[in-house]
Amino acid sequence: MRRVNKNERTRVALTLNNRKLAAEAEPRMLLSDFLRHALGATGTHVGCEHGVCGCCTVLIDGAATRSCLTLAVQAEGSDVRTVESLAAADGKLNALQQAFRNNHALQCGFCTPGILMSFTDFLGRNPHPTEEEIREVLSGHLCRCTGYAGIVAAIKEAAGGP
Amino acid sequence: MKPRPFDYVRPDTVEEALALLAEYGDDARVLAGGQSLIPMLNLRLIEASVLIDISRIAALDGIRDLGNTIEIGAAVTQNALMAWPQLAQKLPLLAAALPLVGHFQTRNKGTVCGSIAHADPSSELPLALAVLEGQVVLRSQKRGEHVVAAAAFQRDMLTTARASDELIVAVRFPVIEGKGTAFNEVARRHGDFAIIAVAAVADWRGATQVGVGGIAGRPLVRRIFNDSAGAVAAWADELEGYEDLHATAAMRRDLFKNLAPDVIAEAVRCAA
Repeated sequence: MRRVNKNERTRVALTLNNRKLAAEAEPRMLLSDFLRHALGATGTHVGCEHGVCGCCTVLIDGAATRSCLTLAVQAEGSDVRTVESLAAADGKLNALQQAFRNNHALQCGFCTPGILMSFTDFLGRNPHPTEEEIREVLSGHLCRCTGYAGIVAAIKEAAGGP
Repeated sequence: MKPRPFDYVRPDTVEEALALLAEYGDDARVLAGGQSLIPMLNLRLIEASVLIDISRIAALDGIRDLGNTIEIGAAVTQNALMAWPQLAQKLPLLAAALPLVGHFQTRNKGTVCGSIAHADPSSELPLALAVLEGQVVLRSQKRGEHVVAAAAFQRDMLTTARASDELIVAVRFPVIEGKGTAFNEVARRHGDFAIIAVAAVADWRGATQVGVGGIAGRPLVRRIFNDSAGAVAAWADELEGYEDLHATAAMRRDLFKNLAPDVIAEAVRCAA
């Protein structure tokens, strides 16, 4: 049984983008803050902190998850993937990222890391989704700049659609 | 916002979880997927001195076919149930309701039992459980296991019959055969809380079990025969409804009157 008392800092170890890392966290520390402040992985953005905006979405053991609705200690031992894992080591964008660039699917980019991670999970399960299915998954994200047409077009392109 | 400090305990077995609940009672909150609990902690709408994380208890992570009912363990996520190959055949009402529960991203973590434990008056799974006349399986260290009917479980907004030392170990949804089901709701955005949600189970003679969420402190269920529009209108007029940021009470009654006959008709069509 794992037990951590309030105000006690405990060592939380996990795999982040294929690297085994560990840092200290109080029980109340959110995974989003743990990634950004304890591990320095600032690609994951924090918007609403109550699960509505979707900016902070990361993959935990392959499943797109709100990191602001997950405690760091809950992700202990898990495989966590963030937007930093998508591009190649030389900076070459992956197909989904390139499709976002091609279709002007981002402007300020604040919501983008979360959307990319959601669709990394979703397209892995459903490689050729309908537009309706894309829009349903996208309903878990808020974008305030471009609107959603470019984002839907980018996802269709990445899925090899028209 | 960030939550206030709390102790975190992650038991490995149901017995350990029950011992913790017996020790802490009302000071503890059970954490499974956390998709309702953590937003409330982040917004500081609630406080907890201890969180008991049951998400890694293997014994709670199963979907069991008991013949007449399907039992869903407390660690089973909403997306895991959606991916269950027999869902459309055994629990068609849930196959229709689950896509409306939160978002794809929250369903990856949010649990079926957690949604029922949270007992939000507009949420889909408590409504589905009420209409199907399902059951909640509770267990405590002192009194062992007992089973509560859905109608007796959710008492009011965010209030249930669970005692503070009890754990919801599973919920049971009856398998219905030869009946038609339908579920629909009105929300501002797909995945948002429903303003009004309606579920219906129709048999081949045209009698329909109808449930409505979002209009009272808990899902309401009634049996309707024939003239569904008239029966729904009369029912809606009896209800007070409630007003919040999203809708007035009158708008809720109107939405119910307009949505329910369509949902009932769809259920009747499926039953035929």
